[in-house]
Amino acid sequence: MNIVIVVKLVPDLVEELTIDTSGIALDTAWLRLIINEFDDHAIEQGILLKERGGGSVTVVAPDIEGVDDVLFTAAAKGADRLIKIKGDFAGVNNHALARAFTVVVKELQPDLVLTGVQANNDLDGSVGPLLAGCLEMPYIGYISGVSLGEGKSRVHKEYPGGLIAEMDVTLPAVLGIQAAEQPPRYVAVSKVRQMMKTSTIEERTASGLDMAGGPTVSRMFQTEAGQRATMLTGSPDEVATKLVGIFKELGVL
Amino acid sequence: MNQDIYVVIEHLRGQVTEISFVMLAGARELAKGLGGNVVAVLLGHNAQGLTGNPSAGSGQYLAADKVLSLDHPALADFTSDAYQKVLAALIAKDQPRAVLFGSTSIGTDLASTLSIKLGLPMVSSCRSFSADGKFVSQLCGGKIMAEGDLPGPTALITMVPGGYKAEQGQSTQSPTVTQVEVPTLETLRVTLAGYIEPESGDVDIAKEPLLVSVGRGIQNKDNIVLAEELAQALGGTVSGSRPVIDQGWLATSRLVGKSGKSVKPKVYLALGISGAPEHVEGITNSDTIIAINTDPAAPIFGVAKYGSEIDLFDLIEVLTGKVKQSKGG
Repeated sequence: MNIVIVVKLVPDLVEELTIDTSGIALDTAWLRLIINEFDDHAIEQGILLKERGGGSVTVVAPDIEGVDDVLFTAAAKGADRLIKIKGDFAGVNNHALARAFTVVVKELQPDLVLTGVQANNDLDGSVGPLLAGCLEMPYIGYISGVSLGEGKSRVHKEYPGGLIAEMDVTLPAVLGIQAAEQPPRYVAVSKVRQMMKTSTIEERTASGLDMAGGPTVSRMFQTEAGQRATMLTGSPDEVATKLVGIFKELGVL
Repeated sequence: MNQDIYVVIEHLRGQVTEISFVMLAGARELAKGLGGNVVAVLLGHNAQGLTGNPSAGSGQYLAADKVLSLDHPALADFTSDAYQKVLAALIAKDQPRAVLFGSTSIGTDLASTLSIKLGLPMVSSCRSFSADGKFVSQLCGGKIMAEGDLPGPTALITMVPGGYKAEQGQSTQSPTVTQVEVPTLETLRVTLAGYIEPESGDVDIAKEPLLVSVGRGIQNKDNIVLAEELAQALGGTVSGSRPVIDQGWLATSRLVGKSGKSVKPKVYLALGISGAPEHVEGITNSDTIIAINTDPAAPIFGVAKYGSEIDLFDLIEVLTGKVKQSKGG
């Protein structure tokens, strides 16, 4: 089974986000990029499938700051091949990214393509179904379980309230992973460093990045969080005392 | 090409889902500005009953100017391949000004692939529309909003809840239903094998009056016990957000949010939960939300009545002690 996993990097939401002077984009100067957490689940799912049924796992990512770390970490987890796509990906939308992935994925001729179901900066659709559209492959998203059969895959697709649909999809197909069957494994930094010495990242070059299909943003702004909540301040003891008072007032204590 | 706004009605096991009504409300706002009609697109099999529930007290018909019904056995339950084929043909033929999909397990399987297949622009996570037809979408876990003109000629849009109330998309009037011919559906690459019912958990968090809910901020499995002690002292139950469940720190039955349960406790105490839209969706019916999070920009403070930026680990044991003390006294 030839499994290809496409991943992207997204803003780390733990960091403070600011809008740049153009007013239509995030300020990238202080932006820390990390792997999209759903893509991390896609990598885990791909490696679990390989461990269960053999085959190879190739991870493909655009060349953005931090990508080498992401790829070597995937190798430390068990990925066989690493590919980064060169090109000017700053400010590029998902339509362009999906088209760049399409060229590389076609070359790899996979049986199965996995990616995260969504990402926190998606504004023009998600990479998975866009890629499926470009490759003319079927797509199913919100996946939390995958098993492989002869020329097809049975997946668990999540609906609200914990309901699961079991669906069959003919391969090759693209699956949007919501959660791997087990939490993404941890790998020691030393193992990632070792991969930096022993594994190689292959390079491909994106031939032009076509953003057609995405909207044009005319204004970006921060939501005014904290506006409604009455903030409780003071020492832990003082905050706890205030909360006990609130619990009593609400009749739960 | 016309100015109509199409809404792809989502239904799951014989029930129209709430986002469908939210979308109809959004479509009405957009149609008012553009001068078009709101058209509900209903894919299903013998699904005419879904256009409204006359037995409901207030009447819960789809608030649409008309309903296009596309009936075929292969459309009875959602599968991406069949739904996509049918919608591609309909959108290409009718060329409406916009087509709304839910930002859900159903809608996101369709909109992006249709964008590529039909060469039409797409906007995700739209929360509302302005009177002059601009979209407002939420990004970065609800921390950032992006606004822009509705792209053309036909904009494919996925919508998140929060901008409109479901009641705004319901009507007491039964809409006109028009049957639309369904293209041949052969060699479908995605088929439904069946459903797996949700695990019946130890407790039903949807019915609990007090929830101590933990998010990524709880850091590891060993710290869950701190939340359990507090919940026990308060006579409540522990629940969690998606990352906590995915890590296996709490059972799936304790999941609150879009992919889990919608809860409605008297008090929802959120510890280390940022308040991503997927989570907030499940807690808006709580009477009082109290949020503890060190990130002052956490969106959870936008929905909480009380909040504190104190470190939950500095607070939790002190709070448990005081709650116990208060009960003892």
